[in-house]
Amino acid sequence: MALKGNLRDFTITQLLNLINLARKTGTLFVQGPTEKAQVSFQDGKLAYAHISGEDNFLATVLYRANKITAAQHRTIKTRAAKMSDKELGLLLINANYITQQDIIASLQAYFVSVVQRLFTWVEGIFYFENDVLPPNDKITTRVNLENIIIEGSRKMREWEHLQSEIPSLDMALKFTDRPGVNLRNVSLSVEEWRVVSYIDPKNTIRQIARTTQMNDLEIRRIVYGLLQAGLVELARPIGTAKLKFTVPGETKEEQKSLVNRLIGRIRTI
Amino acid sequence: MQTVKIVVTGPFSAGKTEFIQSVSEIDVVSTERKITSEAERIKATTTVAMDFGRITVGDDLVLYLFGTPGQRRFDFMWEILSEGMLGFIVLIDSTRPETFREGRSILETFKAYAPTPYVVAANKQDLSDAWDLDDMRIALRLQDHVKLLPCVATDKETVKMVLLELLYSVLAEMGEGE
Repeated sequence: MALKGNLRDFTITQLLNLINLARKTGTLFVQGPTEKAQVSFQDGKLAYAHISGEDNFLATVLYRANKITAAQHRTIKTRAAKMSDKELGLLLINANYITQQDIIASLQAYFVSVVQRLFTWVEGIFYFENDVLPPNDKITTRVNLENIIIEGSRKMREWEHLQSEIPSLDMALKFTDRPGVNLRNVSLSVEEWRVVSYIDPKNTIRQIARTTQMNDLEIRRIVYGLLQAGLVELARPIGTAKLKFTVPGETKEEQKSLVNRLIGRIRTI
Repeated sequence: MQTVKIVVTGPFSAGKTEFIQSVSEIDVVSTERKITSEAERIKATTTVAMDFGRITVGDDLVLYLFGTPGQRRFDFMWEILSEGMLGFIVLIDSTRPETFREGRSILETFKAYAPTPYVVAANKQDLSDAWDLDDMRIALRLQDHVKLLPCVATDKETVKMVLLELLYSVLAEMGEGE
């Protein structure tokens, strides 16, 4: 019987736990709300992970892990674009640019980060294909799942908390009018400053996240901190429809008359 | 026949069903189920789809009151219920601060669904362990212009007052829109 279902009924934590305990070999395909992911396992250990549309070329993974410079990354992408990850890895090791350990550590960190992101997917369809593994030209790893599951569960709890605090990213932020609060006297991180610089009732939180290249969890974490500190408050974005409500009646006078009739009726109950 | 809809929302066990029952001229049509979650086992049943009450204004006009299900796993109903509403009331149990965060979250969700007028009603204000309105305003992070009204869901007069305040807000918004 194929292992397939909906994340709403069977969470990523439960899936990883099952794969770990059953020491499964194969690939888990997940179709999330906006993205697709595939995660491969060998004997219950994480071997490979990829989110569709994301650049997972080895050179890019190494660049993100600060193992190669931006110039080296550009050069490799131009000159070795057709090379497989395995070929490129061998080339870089033989040229003494990096060690085999660097490659393995960078890929492991990348694969783990992909899986960690899956913990925030609460909606989606999944299926597990036994014995399907990534293409041969991809480098695979062997990462124990226990720590990933523990860290992921922690993240999931944080995610649930943040999502209940900030249920919609389509709201905007505005600075509070509290007297005596001066942002210059508040110690903010670089990331927080980046968000603060875009705070304006014209910008939704989603737009700020897109501009600052933060994912949903990161932007919620920062906005939550700013809200808790009383520096900002949620606001309806400017430019969206002004208050709209369904009052029968063709003219404003008819609508007002209707609301007044409702008021009159309720007073007499 | 014209119909107008007001939605009554709030956390689990805030008193939404009682609120509607207090003013509805019909027995509230309630879709309740036995509670399944241990954490929420402070009452025997919960609303899973909606409560439904009615106030007839005249031959040509009826006001419907819809109560949303309180448990979060039924929140897929909220967006459907909020469509076309005149405004909404967020009911919060003043004696259960552990539900304030959920109340805040529900308020933000509804504000995002439909930018309509709303008021917040602090229920069970007749009980000795009810929080003061000023403290609730801070805990719920309500701005000064948001109406936070004392209420006892089983007392018709306070329920009427909450409904009237919402309708006054609707009138005020209509005036501002001119």
